[in-house]
Amino acid sequence: MAADTQANPIARWVERLGRGTVRAVEELGYHAALLAESLYWIAWGARRRQSVRFADTVLEMMEVGIRALPIVAVLSLAIGVMLAIQGIHTLKTFGAESQVVVGIALSVTREFAPLIVAILVAGRSGSALAARIGTMQIGQEIDALRVIGVSPVRFLVAPALLAMLIMMPALTFCADVMGIMGGALYSAADLGLDIGTYLDRTRDALDVEDVMQGLVKSLVFAVLITLIGTANGFAVSGGAQGVGRATTRSVVLSITAIVIADMIFTWFLSR
Amino acid sequence: MSAAADNAERTPVIEVEDLHVRYGSRDILRDVNLTVYQGEILVIMGGSGSGKSTFLRYLLGLHRPVGGSIKLLGRDITRLKSQELYELRRKIGMSFQGGALFNSMSVGENVRLPLREHTRLDENTMRIMSRLKLEVVDLAHAEDLMPAQLSGGMVKRAALARAIVMDPRLLFFDEPSAGLDPVVSAELDELILRLRDTMHMTIVVVTHELDSAFKIADRITFLDRGRILMTGSVAEVRASDDPRIQNLLNRRPEARVRDPDEYLRRLTGREPRPSA
Repeated sequence: MAADTQANPIARWVERLGRGTVRAVEELGYHAALLAESLYWIAWGARRRQSVRFADTVLEMMEVGIRALPIVAVLSLAIGVMLAIQGIHTLKTFGAESQVVVGIALSVTREFAPLIVAILVAGRSGSALAARIGTMQIGQEIDALRVIGVSPVRFLVAPALLAMLIMMPALTFCADVMGIMGGALYSAADLGLDIGTYLDRTRDALDVEDVMQGLVKSLVFAVLITLIGTANGFAVSGGAQGVGRATTRSVVLSITAIVIADMIFTWFLSR
Repeated sequence: MSAAADNAERTPVIEVEDLHVRYGSRDILRDVNLTVYQGEILVIMGGSGSGKSTFLRYLLGLHRPVGGSIKLLGRDITRLKSQELYELRRKIGMSFQGGALFNSMSVGENVRLPLREHTRLDENTMRIMSRLKLEVVDLAHAEDLMPAQLSGGMVKRAALARAIVMDPRLLFFDEPSAGLDPVVSAELDELILRLRDTMHMTIVVVTHELDSAFKIADRITFLDRGRILMTGSVAEVRASDDPRIQNLLNRRPEARVRDPDEYLRRLTGREPRPSA
């Protein structure tokens, strides 16, 4: 049997495909289990006298949210300016430059703000989660936690998930404001549009639903980043090289998952 | 004093029956039976790859075995629910080979973590209790240091302090002398003996250091290729005529049996043809 599959290239290819599929399904199941267990600890931990630590969650929120604020502000301002430049350039052909306000308002709140925040957080915090948990895995610290009677999911994943779920929408909202400000500033410089008027027209163009769509997406991205980061951390084996591989993998997988999830969500939410 | 006669009167703390562990299609542990009694130091010995570290991981309940049962303090950990296992863990301490101190916490915080998780003591009491244990391992001065600032011996002692902070009835110790100089490792041996005598702990030590094993052991278990060769007192082990045990005791290299088919298979990477 073994000799057969080794000789036949098609059989070998099918075998590899099968193994890959099984591994992918296994990994998906692991992520789901990780999510379920984290939510369990967040909801029921206190009742079992093993609550998710508040201090850890606050630390995590500082790291994920507050420290990311300056870079989120700069990036979303730049995105706003970029959208304004492109929008004015395109709309000039129709002589409808002033409609740029609506375009920026909708695309920033519905699409760009959650996306840019998610990609940034995946790069900053998702990778850090994978590296930290991976290093702990190698140093037997995860085993030590379990032997002491501390669930590693409660101790490491739940605070991170909680922090992400709180901070991602908050960051996304900041990115909304900064993105629109960027658009306003450029429009003021290029079209001579008064900033007050710009903001008034933005308010007219935006529904609560538009902003909510972005915030809901950011919650989904928060879950994806945390799960992919932590799962890759727990899966580390093979020393420092393994940690490096897990870190890279977590960033690439997170960003891929974010963009695909964004596409799916946009399709559902825009119907 | 005969160990066998003595054991009959003592209460078993660890009872392993027919433990069977496999990774994929490879048997790692097979037919492992072992009983450890209250207040004794049992040393698990064996060469590299004998399965002793794996055995320890299963004793700690970190994985579930394919077959057999492991009773710690009368509870079968292969069948316990997670909450029951959690309760049991307060009575068990473990000192890892590399220490496994949490790098993001100071030594004091590391030692206090089990107290924080399992008790409702106030901060001050926890501080005092952790200092008591740090005194036991002679690390009182290092309470505020981070693990990265400690030497190898200090890491092991800090890990030991964390392992005994809940006053466990059962203590596991993985390779206490690995990577330490002879003086420091002799000090650790003394410390282990002192823990048994003063705190009446049952201690299981995994090691491949002969000197250390003979010094601390009440009984020794020899593991080889996933099976137990023998379990007995130090004198019984020394007197054993098993060639594998004698090889290990006398640091003799193993005589390898060569199988030409197997050799050919390793070289070419394929099964020999049935007709051949």
